[in-house]
Amino acid sequence: MTTSPTVSGSLRNRLVLTLISGAAILAILLFFAVRNYAVQVAQQGQDNILGVSVASILDAAALRDGQLEVDIPYAAFSMLTTPSDDRVFYAIFQDGEFISGYDDLQVVEGSADGNWTFQAGQVRGEQVRQVNAGRTLVGLGRQTRIEVALGQTQDALAETLDQISRNAALLGLGFFLLTAALSFWVTSSTIGQLKKLTTSVTRRGPQDLSPFRKPVPKEMAPLVTSLNSLMGRLDQSLSQSEDFIAEAAHRVRTPLATVRSYAEATLHRVERKDNREALRAMVRAIDESSRAAGQLLDHAMITFRADHLEREDIDLVALTRELVQRLTPIAEMKELSLSLTGDPSVPYSGDPILLQNAVRNMVDNALKYAPSDSTVEINVSTTPNARIEVSDSGPGFPPDEIDMLTRRFERGQNAAGTIGSGLGLTIAQDVATAHGGTLVLKNRPEGGACVILSL
Amino acid sequence: MRYLIALILLLIPHMGCAQDWEDQRVFNDDAEGVRLRIISSTDTVLFAPFVEDFVAQNPLISVEYLVSGTADINMQVRATPEAFDVVISSAMDLQLKLANDGFALPLDNMPVPPWAQWHDSLFAFTSEPATIVINRAAFEGQPIPQTRQGLIEALRERPQVFRGKVGTYDVRQSGLGYLFATQDARASETYWRLMEVMGGLNVRLYCCSGEMIRDLADGTILVAYNVLGSYAAVRTEGTDALQVILPSDFQTTMMRTAMVSQATQAPEAAALFVRYLISAKPASPDGTPLLPLLSSDDVSNERETIGLNPALLTFLDELKRKKFVSAWENAVIQ
Repeated sequence: MTTSPTVSGSLRNRLVLTLISGAAILAILLFFAVRNYAVQVAQQGQDNILGVSVASILDAAALRDGQLEVDIPYAAFSMLTTPSDDRVFYAIFQDGEFISGYDDLQVVEGSADGNWTFQAGQVRGEQVRQVNAGRTLVGLGRQTRIEVALGQTQDALAETLDQISRNAALLGLGFFLLTAALSFWVTSSTIGQLKKLTTSVTRRGPQDLSPFRKPVPKEMAPLVTSLNSLMGRLDQSLSQSEDFIAEAAHRVRTPLATVRSYAEATLHRVERKDNREALRAMVRAIDESSRAAGQLLDHAMITFRADHLEREDIDLVALTRELVQRLTPIAEMKELSLSLTGDPSVPYSGDPILLQNAVRNMVDNALKYAPSDSTVEINVSTTPNARIEVSDSGPGFPPDEIDMLTRRFERGQNAAGTIGSGLGLTIAQDVATAHGGTLVLKNRPEGGACVILSL
Repeated sequence: MRYLIALILLLIPHMGCAQDWEDQRVFNDDAEGVRLRIISSTDTVLFAPFVEDFVAQNPLISVEYLVSGTADINMQVRATPEAFDVVISSAMDLQLKLANDGFALPLDNMPVPPWAQWHDSLFAFTSEPATIVINRAAFEGQPIPQTRQGLIEALRERPQVFRGKVGTYDVRQSGLGYLFATQDARASETYWRLMEVMGGLNVRLYCCSGEMIRDLADGTILVAYNVLGSYAAVRTEGTDALQVILPSDFQTTMMRTAMVSQATQAPEAAALFVRYLISAKPASPDGTPLLPLLSSDDVSNERETIGLNPALLTFLDELKRKKFVSAWENAVIQ
């Protein structure tokens, strides 16, 4: 019986989510970092050109005969050509008074010699980058100060930034996609280790409680350690209880034998009919108890041997014949006959004690349910594989219980009034499983049960 | 002087009297749709085929075509930008300054190469070199000058022939003349020498190309410097007395530009007209194009022509202009 565990969240989802949101944040940061840097570089480029331009205008200023002349070089504006044809505004001031250019351009105070100020501003509804520079001219007995403000719109800059932003966005997206793919891969390879452990736990045989030896990642070592220790305790407690049952059965059997012999002896001496009846019932009950104890012992023995299966070459026919000979007297007591049919020799490699035990339980079972004066047929054959078939002409298995009869202490509804522990078919089943075979229960079409030990 | 002209021109539209246009014509007068007001420096005779072709394609639009000088156009548009929808001028520098100052409406997706437009608002549609036009008769038996240097030598050689018989633009009055003069001065010192020689010969100064060519045709002057060859060819139709010389030392090539006024009342129709101008190829009945239209696949245009870029603002600077004009006056007016 497995109960599905309470599931809360998913390790994979959590990992993927964390990694992807981390990647998204990094990608966004990358985008803004690249864009910011590009803004700075582009602005620096525009400032440099504006600076050179204004410097060439200042250089062209001279005092001639006490008169200020500003012979703006053709290159001063020519160098301001941009792919987007940015608009250019300039203004020239002499001692703070506007003398040429665009009078709506304001020169910013504090542009001392060699100390140029760059600023963002607005001229005629357009965002401009403006540079202000000044120079003091000294002529004959006269000193004058010229200041130049030069502004340029930023269309080309905006276009460059758009382009860079697009590229940066693509870069960020690419980075994000790559990281996302990587995070999926990392997650599945991490989860893969857990899956591998799960598979190796699932693949284990029902009796295999040995510790895990395969190497696991460091982080999973504690899990495997506690799993191993849990299995160790389970193994120990299982074997303890098996031991306890075997010990208990053994302890019970011996006194039972004693009690039975006393009861038998008393039965011979007692004359009264009802006393005899009571004693007989007593003997029967004792038989049943001792048989159950015997089967418990068998079961414990089989569990042990199945865990440490030792195979040897045997002939199944010889093994069955010997068993049939041993059981014939018991069968005759019940006025039944045993018939052994099939191949003359069926060689097989297995544990003879286990196999004999299994077949004996199968025949026992048949003897119990077979009606008087009938025959229990035992067939040993090699086709399609090594198999021993025991069939009787009794009432057969109840069809709706046929699947659960091989469980421990499970008895059919029609078993009432028959001595039995419910362990016989369980033992046969365990032996079949230990040899890698199966035990099949079915009803014969002509009536009666048929048990096939298929190896 | 210039301020006075500016003041007068500024006041004219506000004085209530009718503007004195060089020429004025309405095309497709009875159209139901919008009326496009085009102010242009191009003579009606040269430009009419464009407008006629345009109204034929767009019968709902009527066009009022106003002709004025380049400097005057600049004044008019600055004074009353809402009075015009399309501004066409050969003075690239003034046009660029208008666009730079925000008088032009940006248009999207115009089919022009990048060098033939500025800020998506100023569009070039012709490519016209400045030429020397001479009266063949004056050079009978003499080598025909092919360069400015050659012209200087020819003038110096026979001052008695050319005295009072040479002409050029008055840069103080003509925007195009100022553009040609500044670009020439930028290109070579020869320009100043030529101006000094012409000044010594009592050069006649003209405000507009029309008068200059008329005087050439009737023999009042024998040599005209920096005339638009295309104008000369049209005005002198049928006469082979004149010869147009493309100077081989260097050429100054101007692009005629158009823009839509920022304050236009009919932006769609105006944009439609500018788009038409860029791609139109109307020709005179004999198949030759009336104006040397810009062909976008002619790469040499880009090198030869005056660039449409902010450098054009340089010579429009008040101080710079004052300096240039005084140098020019010193050379020419003696």
